[in-house]
Amino acid sequence: MSDPIFEVRNLNVSFAGSRGTSRVVRDVDLDVYREETLGIVGESGSGKSMLASALLNAVVEPGTTTGTVTYRPPDGPAVSVLELSEQELRRFRWEEIAMVFQGAMSSFNPVMRIRRHFRETLQDHNRNIEAGLERAESLLESVYLDPDRVLDAYPHELSGGMKQRALIALSLLLEPQVIVMDEPTAALDLLMQRSIVSLLEELQATHDLTIVFITHDLPLLTKLADRLTVMYAFQLIETAPVDAILYDAAHPYTRALLSATPDLDVAVDEMHAIDGTKPDPVAEIDGCSYHPRCPLANEQCVRTDPPSTSHSEQHTASCFHYEQAPAAVPIRGDDLAEADR
Amino acid sequence: MSNEPVVALKNATVEFKTEGSLLNPFGDPDVVRAVNDVSLEIGDREIVTLIGESGCGKSTLGRTAIGVQQPSSGSVSYRGQDIWAARSGGGTEISYSEIRPALQMIHQDPGSALNPNQRIVTSLSLPLRRWQPELSRPERMERIHALFERVGMQPAADFLNRYPHQLSGGEKQRAVLVRSLLLNPDLILADEAISALDVSLRVEMMDLMLELQALFDTSYLFISHDLSNARYIAEKSGGRIAVMYLGRIVEVGTVDEIINNPQHPYTKALRWATPNLYGDDEEQPPIRTIDVPDPTALPTGCNFHPRCPNAREFCVNQSPPEIEANDDGHPCRCFRADEDHEYWDSPPVSSDSDDTLSAGGDHQ
Repeated sequence: MSDPIFEVRNLNVSFAGSRGTSRVVRDVDLDVYREETLGIVGESGSGKSMLASALLNAVVEPGTTTGTVTYRPPDGPAVSVLELSEQELRRFRWEEIAMVFQGAMSSFNPVMRIRRHFRETLQDHNRNIEAGLERAESLLESVYLDPDRVLDAYPHELSGGMKQRALIALSLLLEPQVIVMDEPTAALDLLMQRSIVSLLEELQATHDLTIVFITHDLPLLTKLADRLTVMYAFQLIETAPVDAILYDAAHPYTRALLSATPDLDVAVDEMHAIDGTKPDPVAEIDGCSYHPRCPLANEQCVRTDPPSTSHSEQHTASCFHYEQAPAAVPIRGDDLAEADR
Repeated sequence: MSNEPVVALKNATVEFKTEGSLLNPFGDPDVVRAVNDVSLEIGDREIVTLIGESGCGKSTLGRTAIGVQQPSSGSVSYRGQDIWAARSGGGTEISYSEIRPALQMIHQDPGSALNPNQRIVTSLSLPLRRWQPELSRPERMERIHALFERVGMQPAADFLNRYPHQLSGGEKQRAVLVRSLLLNPDLILADEAISALDVSLRVEMMDLMLELQALFDTSYLFISHDLSNARYIAEKSGGRIAVMYLGRIVEVGTVDEIINNPQHPYTKALRWATPNLYGDDEEQPPIRTIDVPDPTALPTGCNFHPRCPNAREFCVNQSPPEIEANDDGHPCRCFRADEDHEYWDSPPVSSDSDDTLSAGGDHQ
């Protein structure tokens, strides 16, 4: 199982600004396993999109990225992503790892037909155009689009959901190993979101893909991901397989997030908002970044940043008081896990 | 106050026409019937939530309900007074200047609902200056301050002096909510008011709306594409959920009726699309095509039949009227709600492909 395709160690991203330096990714260690779907969940402004950009060494100026990101292709030597040259990066992105962003609307050039987007991608990467366009047609079909109609269309002639699916097809055109998706469904209707998620599951199986899926939408993520990592205030605070998060979450923030999520099956008075507000990126909070909002915080949390500790196999969390968390922040999964026993 | 509902729509239809194109200026214009023969009443202190996909006409229906969009046919009235009759003036029982401030709106994107060049306090004073000119400046400020503190924006003076870009999304949405409440309205249209917020902030915002409702005796027409949000606010307030598809309300009822006893296959599809944290619902989508049909060329018969997993030949030709559901009698536009309907003797429509899903969207 532990066959990481990505190894991230001590990753930091910071921006110098007029109010001081914003550290928007802080000391992140993360493994992405080959052919898994890893979900990164966090509120807006928690740093999750920056983490995704750093994976591709795509943090925009004047941001600085430090640490190591190691990519291990199925064959060939390991690649240190943060040390690649501009030219190497060009090949690396899209051929090894593709990225799908939230605004499919703005990912396409409005004055170019969809076909030309596919053709230019093939040209720029020196691929055979004819074979590539044939592949494009079958990819479009696999996302339930009519290739003839879509390839001849301009972006504005497609609905949001169709554009997003066309973009997914485009991202798979050069047969990447990994696809990083940043809120790919956020602007879409639930019915379309859910359909795209079931579609991704099929695509992953057919193309042996590794998927990194970033969103604030926890319920959607649980339908797709194998493992989840929770980001709070620019740090990863808990990482575990989906069921371990749902039924045995260790960090008080993860638990608060679970109980703040509107859910059709949960009684309305069991859903609670999270107290307090999220921290400012410029602020350096001493100790645990969640302590100002945490019901379990004590002196230790104010003084020391809790290290990431193994809770069980594959389950790590950064909290001194994880043993008291279930009593302090109950979640519905507690009862369900109890009933199963 | 009368016993009339705050707002009543009667057979309201809204049509939009596209202009003839440059090449064919005299061609038939495309007509989009955004709202199709909808009747809906919103009572005092009631929350009605309206759900459906984008493009189904829910925003147009909302705008029609608060009197900013004129229906092409049918009527919309405020406490029994036809809004458009009052608007055109002339001796109506309730004047338009009484109606306008009573029906307010919160938009989806609070960022673009606030003037970026004005301090929050200026944006908030404008409606009071327009509708209650008799208030002095200190009186206006006092009212704004009190309400700001009430929604948890403390210290109010600090927040009020900021520009919109200095507030977070949640704070902006609160400011907009305060603005709509300043005139003590009877009905607030909240059009996807919480959709732009993080999942973790939505419960908080809905709780705040409910708290203010109790305080101000306001009704809400709460528009959302998310069934779990609609259910939360409707259940907490004892309100109703209306499901809209391509201009029609296809099913309406209490939370219990819609969530636990949905009759329309579209309501069931929306329920499937609402992921739950706990529970295994991994099966294939209960729809035949992903994409919504082109609104300028609506399908024959029941609008939903090209996507409906239960469609029969009967549905291709006949549009279902409002039928009372067998168990609890809530209205629903699907033949299946009637156990004895001749629909059941009709053969299923043949699927175009073997897949459970196919490339849909007969656009163009």
